[in-house]
Amino acid sequence: MDCQLDIFFLEAILNGILLAGLLALLALGLNLIFGVIDVVWICYAELVMVGMYGINYAYKGGTPFLLAVLFAIVLIAAAGMILHYLVIRPVLDSAPINQLLVTGGVLFFLQAAATMAFGIDFKNLGIRLGSVSILDMSFAWSRVVTFVVALGGMLVLWLFLSRTFIGTAIRAIAQDRQIMPLMGVDSRKIYLITSAIGGGLAGLAAALMVLQYDIYPQIGLQFGPLIFMICVLGGLGNMVGGFIAAFIISQFITIGGSCMATEWGYAVAFLFFMVAIFIRPQGLFGART
Amino acid sequence: MTRISRGAIIGIACLIALPFVIRFFFSASEKYYLHLLIQILIWSFIYTGWSLMGRFGLTSLGHGAFTGLGAYTTVLLWNFAGLSPWLGVPAAVVMAVAVALLVGYPCFRFRISGHYFALLTLALTEFVRLCIVGLRDYTGGSLGTQPRRYGDGVSLYAMQFEPDRMLSYFIALAVWVVGLYLWHRVDRSMDRYALEAASQDEEAAASVGVNVTREKLKITALSAAMCAVGGAIYGQYQMYIGPETIAGLGVSLNIVFAVVAGGMWVMLGPTVGAIFTQLLSEGLRVLIQGSAVLKLWFGSAALALDTAIYGLLLVLFIIYMPKGILGTYLDWRRRHAAQPPNLAARAPRPLESKAGP
Repeated sequence: MDCQLDIFFLEAILNGILLAGLLALLALGLNLIFGVIDVVWICYAELVMVGMYGINYAYKGGTPFLLAVLFAIVLIAAAGMILHYLVIRPVLDSAPINQLLVTGGVLFFLQAAATMAFGIDFKNLGIRLGSVSILDMSFAWSRVVTFVVALGGMLVLWLFLSRTFIGTAIRAIAQDRQIMPLMGVDSRKIYLITSAIGGGLAGLAAALMVLQYDIYPQIGLQFGPLIFMICVLGGLGNMVGGFIAAFIISQFITIGGSCMATEWGYAVAFLFFMVAIFIRPQGLFGART
Repeated sequence: MTRISRGAIIGIACLIALPFVIRFFFSASEKYYLHLLIQILIWSFIYTGWSLMGRFGLTSLGHGAFTGLGAYTTVLLWNFAGLSPWLGVPAAVVMAVAVALLVGYPCFRFRISGHYFALLTLALTEFVRLCIVGLRDYTGGSLGTQPRRYGDGVSLYAMQFEPDRMLSYFIALAVWVVGLYLWHRVDRSMDRYALEAASQDEEAAASVGVNVTREKLKITALSAAMCAVGGAIYGQYQMYIGPETIAGLGVSLNIVFAVVAGGMWVMLGPTVGAIFTQLLSEGLRVLIQGSAVLKLWFGSAALALDTAIYGLLLVLFIIYMPKGILGTYLDWRRRHAAQPPNLAARAPRPLESKAGP
């Protein structure tokens, strides 16, 4: 273990910030769905995985990359709507834990289906963006692009939620699930739209992740727990909280990873998370009642 | 001591006779069938341990951590300290219970429940798995490790019985029966009523004198201890432990889903869940291996087919049969039985469904 306050430490911190953009985007989709529908999609990272495969095959089939990204976003948005319609809607009125477990079944299904359809070998798009060097530090362009696009995506969502009529209806449903239907808002329609947006965010995240990571059926298990942790730490359903929590957690991962072995960075992050939740059970920034 | 029913005695007698029946009729593939039965029994024990908590609304995704702690503590103490599993298993249980209390106390004290509890325990699972992988000098990292063989592989001192499947079967059977007995004791105790009250409404339960935190801690400790024992025995039987096979999120989810499939609120529900999941995966494997067309069609992907079907079935179970196979069957039989209600089997009481807040 060697942890000095040198230029590499700074590099780890900056890389952590870049990673946080991606994690924040992933957490945002989950938070949006939880905030509006009050359901945790345990299979969220698996949707991202499906999106990554979608881009992989579209791109290798000759589609330009940006078109493949668009395809993945639409594909996963549709998957989100199907998931809501077929799986979530029948259990909306049952115990919360059933809602969580039912998406766990989807997790198993998607993972196994991906293994069967795409095999267990690692796939890579083969896009190399190179890296940029500042002082002695080097940053992969893919990470920088990811960070910028993720922030852009979040900004667009924020504008949508705050400036459009449907966005306002979504926020209203999130605030009071009982009253809004009385005000003439069709909650079933809003739920479907929210699921589509959540899925679309997963598709966007998939587009960013194929630039950095190899694609394999179990990649969801690597990111899934991390996303849940960020959402809970920020307060489930609290989008701003999740955003800040992503930056905290990613620092643990990158600094821990640069000082010790990678898994210790993750382990410390999980430990920090558990202690933080004991101190503030509603999440660091949670204000939900 | 509660009275043992006639059905239970007949059932256990049948299970004791079962391996001899197998030896008599299927002596060629005796080892395979016994292996299947041992797997079912060990996992049933672990599932039963989980269902003790699950039936009271404490849906933990952290039990993969306890099985992992049980297996790894036992094996590592044996491999590196030369400590016999007879001491290693109690040490593992102490370890698992300590972790359970350490995580459980703040959880219950601060009323962390529902989604938050599930996701927090999920973090515990990941933490333990990462620690196991991180300590790769001892644990073999993600490749897993093996308990050091002692003598010819069958040893009471080293708790290694794997080559003797018959003996392994009876050990697994004994452990399973103990698990059911513990379930039965909890079912008949005052704690059950306290916990059921707490799972419906914590404030109301506390107001009538239930020490909610203590009751929950008691059941959590028992549940974690059972899973640690189950994990340790699994490791001793398989003679291999890996972070994916006995610890980690996959194991946690498997535990939860098998119990949901079998039935969370009835005694033999977790066992039915174990039988169902094992037979499903084995049946599909045999089916695909036996058919040239299917083999060609799926290739190596066939390994994932059982998980895909499993996931699909679980979605259907939770939507249409939340009481599980056995729970639904018992309900159905009760409704169709033309008996006076007081003779019907005692109804397992599921949690009331809760509307959104």
